[in-house]
Amino acid sequence: MNWDKIISSQVAGIPRSGIREFFDLVAGSSDIISLGVGEPDFVTPWNIREAAIYSLERGHTTYTSNYGLESLRRRIAEYADSFFHVSYRPESEILVTVGVSEAIDLALRALLDPGDEVLYHEPCYVSYAPSVTMARGVARPVVTTKEDLFALNPAALEAAVTPRTKVLMLNFPTNPTGAVAPVETLERIARICIKHNLIVLTDEIYSELRYDGIPHTSIASLPGMKERTLLLHGFSKAFAMTGFRLGYACGSEPLIAAMMKIHQYGILCASVTSQEAAVEALANGTPAMLQMRESYRTRRDYIVRRMNDMGLDCHLPGGAFYIFPSIARFGLSSSDFARRLLLESRVAAVPGTAFGNAGEGFLRCCYATSFELIREACDRMAAFTEKLARENISSRHNESPEREARGGE
Amino acid sequence: MRDNRCVPMRQDALLKLLETNARLSDEEIAERLGLSVENVKSRRSELESQGRIVGYQAVTNDDQETGVSAFIEVKLTPERDGGFDRIASRIARFDAVASCYLASGGFDLLVLVDGETLMDVARFVTEKLSTMEGVLSTATHFRLKTYKKNGLLFDAPPLQERLSVTP
Repeated sequence: MNWDKIISSQVAGIPRSGIREFFDLVAGSSDIISLGVGEPDFVTPWNIREAAIYSLERGHTTYTSNYGLESLRRRIAEYADSFFHVSYRPESEILVTVGVSEAIDLALRALLDPGDEVLYHEPCYVSYAPSVTMARGVARPVVTTKEDLFALNPAALEAAVTPRTKVLMLNFPTNPTGAVAPVETLERIARICIKHNLIVLTDEIYSELRYDGIPHTSIASLPGMKERTLLLHGFSKAFAMTGFRLGYACGSEPLIAAMMKIHQYGILCASVTSQEAAVEALANGTPAMLQMRESYRTRRDYIVRRMNDMGLDCHLPGGAFYIFPSIARFGLSSSDFARRLLLESRVAAVPGTAFGNAGEGFLRCCYATSFELIREACDRMAAFTEKLARENISSRHNESPEREARGGE
Repeated sequence: MRDNRCVPMRQDALLKLLETNARLSDEEIAERLGLSVENVKSRRSELESQGRIVGYQAVTNDDQETGVSAFIEVKLTPERDGGFDRIASRIARFDAVASCYLASGGFDLLVLVDGETLMDVARFVTEKLSTMEGVLSTATHFRLKTYKKNGLLFDAPPLQERLSVTP
């Protein structure tokens, strides 16, 4: 059968994730230290795992409400109130999903008509652009820069708005840059959204993991923003629950109802075991979360120091568990740098371009791995960058006579 | 009011590190915390002189040792001056006593006693502990197996490997 003619041309047109390609390169090697993961190195705290076991023991193995367990939605409402400072009604403004990824897909499908434009800041999480495309929208990246510490520049945002722009996607703290958005920036972004009547999808999955001492602010909590903002959050990062696959969306009733329509036919409901574990996470998970955060912070400080010591220009990211150092001065593309680093020094880090073209010249390294491995990875990277620097010097030496010769012609 | 969940807790980062691994050298701690070695040294000796760090010990696997140990509940008569302190510290000073706590509830002291043999522990209880003035009664529970000690599980399963590259 000629599958090329059978598979939907839209899906066929979506490129494979750059991360996936890199994964294939790493697979099967055992001596590699990976800074390429996108998840915590902690096992889910025991009290949360135990709640999942208890749920199974009691035989809780049925479907739940399409919206998610009422007990969980009540907890989420309380948490949103205390942590994000936004109030949502558990019965109609909260939808429990299979990870934030599902919530993003639902929201885009519920909002977009063919040709509607979606703005998002790049470098960004790998799924945003393909999710927009699959929802028949047009993905329009707004580039963020190292000079702005990868926070979205409001002027650049406003310049990108067209009459077809319907949605703005935000993700602070950001995967892959660790960027956080200052409150003043969020306020300016909010004014632009109100002025141009944009709906905001804000993926705040890393919001607990902030290390700069500044409390997290959700754009949903700013004046006039709650009604036009869909707040997306979940349990994967803060509570180390990636494998539970559990997220949620909070927003205006009509949007939640529209998303629910798609969710009830496509997914029905998130796993009841995961939902009951999530109740425990919200009820009693904060101490373990704070401990994990402190541990990430120590490792962030260390790895950023090492990167700068070895000449990889690296800002101190305010959140998440990634650093995004610049590799520009070595004259290699992100993908060549990452490939050589892997093959020659056995360290896996993801090329910045996996997160959009704006990631060229950068590398994403995740520090959610043991301190010993981070240190060893840094030692290997330092040796690698020294080698690259030597190569650059000798190639310049070799080039100069040619240049002179050419100059003489 | 914003809650203060996002305010970092950096105090005692040194203490936390040592609680996880007391063998870390001052150099290693300095590297991890981004402090100078001198700074770590002085902070550590400060903690020691304040009595916040009392000692550094290996956590051994009880079940691979030949000795026995027992948890002994002790009821006492408190004294007019000092309550339980004088008699508790008399008990705590015996070499056989590994730990000694004052507890609320049905008894007063919980005493963890180590011995080479069952008879060693029995002799300690009958000859030393029970005969002490102020001791009303004892209940001795021998340890059968240790599952966890000082925060360390004795038979923790190996961690599941994560995928090496994920988004």
